[in-house]
Amino acid sequence: MFKIIDKYQLGPKISYALIEAPLIAAKAKAGQFVILRLSEKGERIPLTIADFDRSKGTITLVFQELGKTTGALAAMKSGDCIMDLLGPQGNPTEIENFGNAVVVGGGIGIAPVYPLARELKEAGNQVTAIIGYRSKEYVFWEEKMRSVSTHLLIATNDGSYGGKGFVTDVLKKLMDKGERIDRVFAIGPAIMMKAVAELTRTKNISTIVSLNSLMVCGMGMCGACRVSVDNKTHFTCMDGPDFDAHKVDFDELMKRLDTYKQEEQV
Amino acid sequence: MEKRAVPMRQQEVEERIKNFDEVPLGYSEEEAIREASRCLQCAKYPCVSGCSVQISIPAFIKVLKEKNFQKAIDIIHEADSLPAVTGRVCPQEEQCQAVCVLKKIGEPICIGRLERFLSDWELKNRKKCLKPAQASGKKVAIIGSGPAGLACSADLAKKGYQVTVFEGFHKFGGVLSYGIPAFRLPKEIVESEIEYLQGLGVKLVPNFLVGRVKTIEDLFKDGYQAVFVGAGAGLPNFMGIPGENLNGIYSANEYLTRVNLMKAYKYPEYDTPVKKGKNAAVIGGGNVAMDSARTAVRLGAEHVYLIYRRSEKEMPAREEEIIRAHEEGVEFNLLTNPVRYIGDKDGFVRHVECIKMELCEPDASGRRRPVEVKGSEFTIDLDQVVVAVGNTPNPIIQRTTPGLKTKKYGEIEADESGKTSMPGVFAGGDIVTGAATVITAMGAGKAAAEAIDNYIRNLKYRK
Repeated sequence: MFKIIDKYQLGPKISYALIEAPLIAAKAKAGQFVILRLSEKGERIPLTIADFDRSKGTITLVFQELGKTTGALAAMKSGDCIMDLLGPQGNPTEIENFGNAVVVGGGIGIAPVYPLARELKEAGNQVTAIIGYRSKEYVFWEEKMRSVSTHLLIATNDGSYGGKGFVTDVLKKLMDKGERIDRVFAIGPAIMMKAVAELTRTKNISTIVSLNSLMVCGMGMCGACRVSVDNKTHFTCMDGPDFDAHKVDFDELMKRLDTYKQEEQV
Repeated sequence: MEKRAVPMRQQEVEERIKNFDEVPLGYSEEEAIREASRCLQCAKYPCVSGCSVQISIPAFIKVLKEKNFQKAIDIIHEADSLPAVTGRVCPQEEQCQAVCVLKKIGEPICIGRLERFLSDWELKNRKKCLKPAQASGKKVAIIGSGPAGLACSADLAKKGYQVTVFEGFHKFGGVLSYGIPAFRLPKEIVESEIEYLQGLGVKLVPNFLVGRVKTIEDLFKDGYQAVFVGAGAGLPNFMGIPGENLNGIYSANEYLTRVNLMKAYKYPEYDTPVKKGKNAAVIGGGNVAMDSARTAVRLGAEHVYLIYRRSEKEMPAREEEIIRAHEEGVEFNLLTNPVRYIGDKDGFVRHVECIKMELCEPDASGRRRPVEVKGSEFTIDLDQVVVAVGNTPNPIIQRTTPGLKTKKYGEIEADESGKTSMPGVFAGGDIVTGAATVITAMGAGKAAAEAIDNYIRNLKYRK
């Protein structure tokens, strides 16, 4: 059992949970995820690790209420326990001093961008963070993001906070200004990551995305999370979740994400 | 002398295709004694050497006949820690029963059924007070709670070691829990067998994937003196043909995990969904393919096509499972191979294009090699596919343990005793051999337990 130490809402249907998981915290690195299950009849779902504190033995999860399990997790309180928690899973993001790194986060994808930006900055990169929210109401972790980035650029879809538009609009402006970008990292909805990939492909900027495939096992034995990268099948949990954005078949990924849409509506 | 075996009652076909309950119902006391009475107690007892874990078969049959069921199950337990499992899923017809002398005049003794009878009797009559052996205080880590790991852990616990089994999933048993369907191996049986091991003092830890949360090196630092790797052949193979990532196409591992481990057949009472195809195809001819096909039948498919590239004779599945699949209405498309899958605009599989095959000269496996018949392509309409064309070893341990030697498909290199290229690290089961059977994995786990005991005893002499 894994105890929830702190739990609150960050925005509409967006929750924060601080969880006691010393073994996971000891090994976790940016880019990794956990698989959790809440009850005997519950499903296993992957959630990206949004932060970790090795000395306190905690990990942070930020998640959106999308289905039954995330809904149930959102309803839990400090002091409650998560039944099953497996991690840290997946390969950590490869961090080095690339020079000028741009991290792009959309919606709850901003949470895992935080430790990524922190590690990139610690490795000596100039870190430009572009974070996008639906509207002002959804904004979270702005100050945290500012503390780990050299430049922070905010956009909202409706323009109620920061610039109006999508993260790709902001990224495009940077690219059009001719700013040097050595590497881009994008985490967010598949459609956003696809748009970032298409944009950076035009200037051949090396881009890494963290894929959010459906998963069951999270440890390479089921293949639910398979994804085509460079026309070869990979398992997101074992070979990813980070992949070269320019080689990912996003259309297939988005279709696979909708596999159980019909069942979910029942 | 009765030449024919006492038949075992089973669920009728019309009933069983609507449920996930066990198909064979087991012997009654009277039936078990009647079957045991057929044993000749022959001098050479070939059955024992036909058994991967060398159960004293004639000895347990003798006391069973005398109605001393406790003694009989105790004899089995000396060699086999999971008799309720092996009594059900071992291919006895190829092992202990294949060499029974009674075969010369009639049907062999049904050793598996007797083993199952005794283990079921024991589960009902189990006394709480199993005595764990005197603990030596020496720690051994077991990676994976499948048949190899469980067999190894039981033998080490009996020798007095402090044994911890690390499992990645939230439930123990490995393939016994996620893979083999409940209609062949009820999950309560697996749970009670695991309780038996806990009674021996074995500690089991779920949600702990060695390689990620701790490496083998970390385990040694934590004071484990030896490590047994029984991580299984968990990585599902795909054929690499076009369209294989369409929605509705599962690896057998995923399909069976959803249904068995996550209980998707009880969706929405359980949260995990599974596609219930109207027309389902299963690709492959092994036990896993039969399990998948029979699962699809139970989930309500109108047609379940089993597509296999050789003929029925070459199928690696147990004969019993092939017969049951036929009985349950699985439609066999033999000498047929899928070439590509065709989907609809939303990415769901709708057709499979197949090609007819013919058998040529034998290949490396000794089976006749199937080759395509040119121009014989045809299409089957379907909405679900389960790919059951084998598994390769799970690569997590190998990737995170520098210095551990592996073979062509990532199998860990180990000798017959389980010794690997790293001191103190032993391995056995599917991670060494590639996908095989429950009982061979258990045999490997037992052999490794011996080797680990020897290794730890001799540690004090190392410089």
